[in-house]
Amino acid sequence: MRVVAVTIALRPHDQLAEPLARSHLLEGMAHWIEPHPTGIYVRPADAWIDPSIPRERALVTHGHADHARGGHGHVWATRETLAIMGLRYGTASGTTVGYGEEIRLGGVTIRYVPAGHVLGSAQIVLTHAGERVVVTGDYKRRPDPTCPPFEPVPCDIFVTEATFGLPVFRHPDTGSEIDRLLAALHANPDRSVLVGAYALGKAQRVICELRARGHSDPIYLHGAMERMCALYAELGVEMGDLRPATGVAAKDIRGAIVVAPPSALNDRWSRRLPDPITAMASGWMRVRQRARQKNVELPLILSDHADWDELTDTIREVAPTETWITHGREEALLHWCMTHQIRARALALVGRDDEEEEG
Amino acid sequence: MRPFSQLLDALVYTRSRNGKLALIAAYLRAAPDPNRGWALAALTGNLDLKAVKSSAISEMIRARVDPVLYEMSRDYVGDLAETVALLWPPPPNEPPDLDDGTLTLATVVDRLHATSRAAAPDVLAQMMNHLDASGRFALLKLATGGLRVGISARLAKMGFAQAFVLDVDDVEQVWHSLTPPYAALFDWAEGRTERPDPSGTPFFRPFMLAHPLEADSVDLTDYVAEWKWDGIRIQIVGTGSETRLYSRAGDDISASFPEIATAFTGHAVLDGELLVRGEFQGGEAASFNALQQRLGRKVVSTKMQADYPAFVRLYDLLLDGDEDLRALPWTDRRARLEAYMPQLDATRFDLSAIIDAADFDALADIRAGARDAAIEGVMLKRRDSPYVAGRKAALWYKWKRDPLTADCVMMYAQRGHGKRSSFYSDYTFGCWTEHGELHPVGKAYSGFTDEELKMLDRFVRQNTVARFGPVREVEKSLVLEVAFDSIHDSKRHKSGLAMRFPRIARIRRDKPAAEADTVEGLKKLVR
Repeated sequence: MRVVAVTIALRPHDQLAEPLARSHLLEGMAHWIEPHPTGIYVRPADAWIDPSIPRERALVTHGHADHARGGHGHVWATRETLAIMGLRYGTASGTTVGYGEEIRLGGVTIRYVPAGHVLGSAQIVLTHAGERVVVTGDYKRRPDPTCPPFEPVPCDIFVTEATFGLPVFRHPDTGSEIDRLLAALHANPDRSVLVGAYALGKAQRVICELRARGHSDPIYLHGAMERMCALYAELGVEMGDLRPATGVAAKDIRGAIVVAPPSALNDRWSRRLPDPITAMASGWMRVRQRARQKNVELPLILSDHADWDELTDTIREVAPTETWITHGREEALLHWCMTHQIRARALALVGRDDEEEEG
Repeated sequence: MRPFSQLLDALVYTRSRNGKLALIAAYLRAAPDPNRGWALAALTGNLDLKAVKSSAISEMIRARVDPVLYEMSRDYVGDLAETVALLWPPPPNEPPDLDDGTLTLATVVDRLHATSRAAAPDVLAQMMNHLDASGRFALLKLATGGLRVGISARLAKMGFAQAFVLDVDDVEQVWHSLTPPYAALFDWAEGRTERPDPSGTPFFRPFMLAHPLEADSVDLTDYVAEWKWDGIRIQIVGTGSETRLYSRAGDDISASFPEIATAFTGHAVLDGELLVRGEFQGGEAASFNALQQRLGRKVVSTKMQADYPAFVRLYDLLLDGDEDLRALPWTDRRARLEAYMPQLDATRFDLSAIIDAADFDALADIRAGARDAAIEGVMLKRRDSPYVAGRKAALWYKWKRDPLTADCVMMYAQRGHGKRSSFYSDYTFGCWTEHGELHPVGKAYSGFTDEELKMLDRFVRQNTVARFGPVREVEKSLVLEVAFDSIHDSKRHKSGLAMRFPRIARIRRDKPAAEADTVEGLKKLVR
């Protein structure tokens, strides 16, 4: 039962980035879910989803820094996300919400459902006043050996990401990308392959995919990766023989894979490696200029976000009455929704545009 | 097609010259005939296909993808061929991005050769369905006639030489007697036949280049000073029966300047600067702006030739008949060049003058006072220098003219393309008229650091006063110090002025907009 009619986002192009909160005010509307530039506010629960500033009650979808910030009063998240936040911010306190488990806050029923993005990532399903809202956080539909797959939940309002919300983004098959990485490694036994991968999620996924492809040699880690990989192992993700790259002689790294954060690829740090082939695992690698800009020689199109087809297929599948698009290339997805008779609007959330590192 | 498309991709991502050479060499060794011959033709710019127009490619994709989504994608990606390659929808019930192996490079070339311009889009579309994104990109680049993978013809030939352990100059010599797909070349390279006979073919010799002058002065008893002309450096190679023009990279540009190629009938190799004569400049060498009208055209209309007549200002004589002069000192070659001049058509060829300066200080004064728009600076050449390939220390120096600068006010901004698609990185700026209005004088999108770009982008977003499609008009409050090589009369801007190579030299947040320069002041800098 819907109480509030919400306008369709048929606004002119130049106003798409306008925060929805403002338009609500202008139109004198109120809904129990309110998008604000600093997060999504769940009024009856007096709680914020992925707030970008410290809040008393925070519901956190996953551990990436643009969703999970430190300094909240109380956090509800999955066990893994809480552990990741604990590692990053030293804030171990919070209420664990397991996948599928239901909690109630101020008359809102809240359930955490796998989002398939990174270890611990969850969609937050909120039910109140006969209406169901799904906030995806970030998600993908491809298999990921480090986390359970995305579960589509039919809903009234679907709040989706749109990091790769342009039809040029179509991620290729994961296996073929991993094969290209291994082929480059085997073709250059005297060199090393330095893979730039985001420290939370992407790095561990690349390692697991390599193991799944039969690569059992030691894999070397940049210092910034070590603690997160150790935490993953503690939480039950098997990654085989991992060793710190620091302090190892260059000759011992010959013919090996080294995983480092993207920022270290062209940094002085990489000079210690034996003539490394610079690879980068990211959905952005689909576009040549993006790869060239990062000085990448071996672009691997490997993303933890939904590509265009996954975004549009997912919207069709959950068939919401209305779609809210939180961040990314929202204009294109908004246009697609309009041309498919799906109500949609773009939300402008702050701090969600640091797309380049992650992805 | 996949080996070729993978080669192109790898060339895009490989920065080092040696890395590129190794990739080309490995491909040429491994690929079968005639695919590798066509690849070599494509890399050297010798693949002569009836080019499919960009507009036809746009139409193809608009028929298959929502045009709005296409525009957004194009805006993000920047390059047309890449956008279409990425967007191309898979055929019904087929997996996306699969090169099914049915198309070889040779098949693609044959089909493009055989098709008419009208049928080309259908033929292309049919082939696109059999390729992955890389293959589609390669196909579209071939079809639109320009690979642009950062490879010069010379580099491709060096890759060929490396593949088969040959001397690149030996390859260069036989090159112009051969045609794609170069069966005779590969036969020779792999030892099946003798080397093709190059005698009588006009082949390219590597250019001698200059270092920027860093010393405070040089001794003019050792060095001669000559104007550095602002055109295109070219080499004229004539065998008596055929003449070819080569660019600095060794690309054959004869077709773009047919009037020069036909005017030279001698048997010699000359080094010079290609310029166009501007009628409005009293028959003198016109600015680079005028020359740009002629650049990159495969076919040149007679009107183009009449409006922008080309001529060559000669610097050096490398070969006179079969006599190689390159080992001689510059003074001797200069004397031979001067003696060679009278037999040339004076409307098409003249001699680059030597600057008569008593000493370096006098030269500096002459350089500072040079008004000619076609002068880019001064060349300093050691009087005893032989003509050697590439940049050799202490033989030749270039001493460019200092850029001009003006304080302008930012008026409009537009997003960049490709990696800059999220930034407002293209700025239109103006100067004050006597009526106190700002009139645009130029547009720049370079010269700033990444940090400054972020600051400029923020300024644009926070100071937008109006929007016209992708263009934002900003509060007229930010002063940009703009550097430019020269300024010309032009109808392009309301101010009646256009700058050559404008770039942002400094962001003058300290300067009030009212104190920026005037259009009147800029007009005084027009040459």
